[in-house]
Amino acid sequence: MILTALFFYLFAGVCVASAVMVIASRNPVHSVLFLILAFVNAAGLFILMGAEFLGMILIVVYVGAVAVLFLFVIMMLDVDFAELREGFLEYLPFGLVVGAIFLAELLLVGGGWVINPDVAKSISSAIPANVSNTEALGLVLYTKYIHYFQIAGMVLLVAMIGAIVLTLRHKVSVKRQDINVQNARTPELAMSVRKVAVGQGLQDTDAPEWVK
Amino acid sequence: MSFETAGYQLLPVLPELVLAVGAMALLMVGAYRSQDATRLVTGLAVGLLAVVGVLELMLPAGKLTTFGGSFIVDDFARFLKILALIGSAATLILSAEFLADPSRRIFEYAILVLLSTLGMMVLISAGDLIMLYLGLELMSLALYVVAASNRDNAKSTEAGLKYFVLGALSSGMLLYGASLIYGFTGTVSFAGIAAAATTGSIGIVFGLVFLLAGLCFKVSAVPFHMWTPDVYEGAPTPVTAFFASAPKVAALAVFTRVALTAFPGIVSQWQQIVIFVAIASMVLGSFAAIGQSNIKRLMAYSSIGHMGFALVGLAAGTVEGAQGVLVYIAIYVAMTLGTFAVILTMKRNGHHVETISDFAGLSRTNPLLAFFFAMLLFSLAGIPPLAGFFAKFYVFVAAIKAGLFTLAVVGVLASVVGAYYYLTIIKVMYFDEPLAKLDPMRMELRTVLGVAGLFNILFFVYPGPLVSVATSAAKSLF
Repeated sequence: MILTALFFYLFAGVCVASAVMVIASRNPVHSVLFLILAFVNAAGLFILMGAEFLGMILIVVYVGAVAVLFLFVIMMLDVDFAELREGFLEYLPFGLVVGAIFLAELLLVGGGWVINPDVAKSISSAIPANVSNTEALGLVLYTKYIHYFQIAGMVLLVAMIGAIVLTLRHKVSVKRQDINVQNARTPELAMSVRKVAVGQGLQDTDAPEWVK
Repeated sequence: MSFETAGYQLLPVLPELVLAVGAMALLMVGAYRSQDATRLVTGLAVGLLAVVGVLELMLPAGKLTTFGGSFIVDDFARFLKILALIGSAATLILSAEFLADPSRRIFEYAILVLLSTLGMMVLISAGDLIMLYLGLELMSLALYVVAASNRDNAKSTEAGLKYFVLGALSSGMLLYGASLIYGFTGTVSFAGIAAAATTGSIGIVFGLVFLLAGLCFKVSAVPFHMWTPDVYEGAPTPVTAFFASAPKVAALAVFTRVALTAFPGIVSQWQQIVIFVAIASMVLGSFAAIGQSNIKRLMAYSSIGHMGFALVGLAAGTVEGAQGVLVYIAIYVAMTLGTFAVILTMKRNGHHVETISDFAGLSRTNPLLAFFFAMLLFSLAGIPPLAGFFAKFYVFVAAIKAGLFTLAVVGVLASVVGAYYYLTIIKVMYFDEPLAKLDPMRMELRTVLGVAGLFNILFFVYPGPLVSVATSAAKSLF
């Protein structure tokens, strides 16, 4: 029990500290690396709570894909972060007010939970016993929750179409590979034999038709 | 027909299935057709929407549920789905000219509108919070893309980006609220929440506030309206027409359904929120529109105000109130589509003109258009005997019957202020010196304007069918 508590405070502490560093560090690449650290620690917290599937998926999806994508974007885009941060102090009071409101709400809600323990009894779907998270999810995801799964698929389809609509440009100047044309090339098309006059060299007019 | 999967009946979702499969089939048509497929795909999309509407009407009567109660087809859903389908189909028709421009032949536009409509239908039928969120995201994600579809235009891109960032923020708030509600009630289904949320514990109320904040963003009600004028102005005009019609129907539908079916036990809690939002929207919509010179921005403020009026009906929390909301939104869609048909007609020498002064003397250069537009504006202002009057009449009567006198009085006063800027446009059209003649009106714009305009003018002759359908739809929620 003590060990669990120890690990909880370790993960939670590192998670909060690295979350602070995400917004505090000057170098955006460091920010993303701290973000990854925060994700890994959050995954640790999930595993401590017995949600091992969620913990693993957090590492696979967020650390493996999303954060690395962030890293690429930050390294590729030339964003002047110093300029972006100029307004930081200006907006600080407003941000503090919003933060304070959220903190007060969280305390109220959390307090309501602690003071009113009956709430926990109203939870209808119990955590299944003797079944791993992955198995429990697998049992319902494609059966009971098939409709959610399918609609989520439609959402992803929209995202894909959207990305193509907004970025794809058919450029005429780009040379594209056409395998049919390549296969249909004959020696006559590809090369030609010329008689070169002494002291003259090849003239432009000697070039075969396809070069012109 | 009785087919099912995983023990679920699929008949209630048949229209949605047809729409989803049809949209994907049209995507293939567009992608694999060698020559430009924009016209073909857009035409087929309108046909597909009509087929889906017919299927929706052919479903067995009464309340059908499937997917464990997370998908509900009742009279309320049928009414609003048909309305959303009409809105989407009319938008596609209005977009014909926009899409014909060779510089932006994007057949995906129609596909995105179809998928957005699919999201709306899911949203309207949502019976739990997960379905609500998925429907909302499917609808909104497609909207963000179509807002930026004129991608070489800085304003259009800005509109898309702004809408996306603020939309993501509102989704975050909605999810936060939904997770609080789930945490405190232990269920995501509206029926389950209604059973658990009888006392209004502080956690549930917080969740409710965040959930309603997210929904207010989608209906562009004050104080979550800031995106509306910029997005309406920046997006291509047919897209603005779309934003102002079908998505508003779906968002208002889910607002009503959540309030009335998930939280009937704590009416007094959400009623205050809705009253505040309604008053703020009506007042801001009326006053902020006065200074506008761009007709699209003006329509944005007008839509904010109209959402406030519609929410007056919801604030009543009664059958009459819900019926008022339904009548209001139906008439609002007709008025909006007609108005945007006029705005799309405003073209001189091949260029769209958008300022109010461009309407000067329209009554002399183009009398029929000016007449129809004047009727639509009178209707938007709520002047009898036009349709817009009846829309306001039903919501205010519901509010008064529920004892919300202040709300009704503020509403009437706001509509008087609102009448000022509608009348200003009419004054510009009828009494100012005429400008050069407009380009001839396209056939499809004429059709939409004619249908919407005649509906507005002649609604008072025979209001029975719409009102009775709205009544039975409203009753199905209680």
